[in-house]
Amino acid sequence: MPVPANLEFFIDPSRCIGCNACVQACSECDTHKGYSMIQLDYLDRASSPQTVPVVCMHCDSPTCAEVCPADAIKRMGDGVVQTARKPRCIACNNCVLACPFGVPKMHTAMQLMMKCDMCYDRASVGKKPMCTSVCPSQALFYGTREEIERLRPQSRPIKAFKFGQQIITTKVNLMVPKGAVIEHLDVVAAMAEATVGNRMNEDDVLLAGIELDE
Amino acid sequence: MNRDDPEQLTITPDGRPTEEQPRWRQDFPIDWPQDEYRSRRDFAKLLGLTSLAFVVGQAWIVILSLLRKTRDRPQVREVAAVDEVPVGGSKLFNYPRQGDLCVLVRVSADEFVAYGQRCTHLSCPVIPRPDLGRFYCPCHEGWFDLFTGQPLAGPPRRPLPYVALQVRDGRVYAIGVGEGVV
Repeated sequence: MPVPANLEFFIDPSRCIGCNACVQACSECDTHKGYSMIQLDYLDRASSPQTVPVVCMHCDSPTCAEVCPADAIKRMGDGVVQTARKPRCIACNNCVLACPFGVPKMHTAMQLMMKCDMCYDRASVGKKPMCTSVCPSQALFYGTREEIERLRPQSRPIKAFKFGQQIITTKVNLMVPKGAVIEHLDVVAAMAEATVGNRMNEDDVLLAGIELDE
Repeated sequence: MNRDDPEQLTITPDGRPTEEQPRWRQDFPIDWPQDEYRSRRDFAKLLGLTSLAFVVGQAWIVILSLLRKTRDRPQVREVAAVDEVPVGGSKLFNYPRQGDLCVLVRVSADEFVAYGQRCTHLSCPVIPRPDLGRFYCPCHEGWFDLFTGQPLAGPPRRPLPYVALQVRDGRVYAIGVGEGVV
């Protein structure tokens, strides 16, 4: 059964409070029981407590699958990129190195790459993925586009990212300020900017085009 | 990429349509439905090729047996003149191939019999004993009937291979072999 097309995944890192609830809940999902697929990243730990939950973005052109020499990583008809097929995976680590978002996790003891599959056992029957069901601040949100528009009037979703010359479109949405003019997030350029803490400035890519009234 | 095809979801990194993609990309699709489709197709191919192999194998067997039949058709060969062998006497000859040793025995004035000379037990040459109406194998005391080639005593269990004969114009011809290898 495919994941319903009207239900989408929305990530809003600015709402993340770093509680680790998603990380714990993730490990309880039956498709990867005991292993958490979420990486909770600190953006700039020295100056800010800001964290970002990293879940799979389920790219339209999955780089992990593109680089897989064993043809082990597959994308379902509904767009969800799955964990490597166990009979095919050769644990070569290519996907781990290639993924622009740093999602795949290698389990060397099992000779298997495992990654976030949007809790396929749950999502495919219309339930929310584990992480979105527990996130107290709804930094990870799963629902319809109408719901997110009603709940987040200050934000809008984008699903395009730029890595060097390559523009990657994804199934999962990232929330940006509503007034932001950007159409895609240039990840390499954004890395050079300090986007958190006191050093935040008006050149921020996400704040471009927004009137800051302090 | 053709977005109308529900099974063709993945957008290739260069964004060009499926037709312009290299062959390996069609052979190793990222999309699960496409991959399943390829597996089904491969399975059908396997079934088809296996059946074809069976058909070719059967045809090969038929051809081989036809060839063997043509090659091994027993030719008519003169064995001896009637006068050459006295009644109760015998003569060795090769039939149907060189090295297939057979023995011709004149049983009576107008009666000849011929058999392969190798004992069906362990291939010792049998000795005709027309006086006893038998063939005798001295290796293990084997006995065969002179007129039928059937084993009578001793270790042999199978009859001596039989050579069909024809007497024509005072000459004896071998015209074929019976069941069993001469």
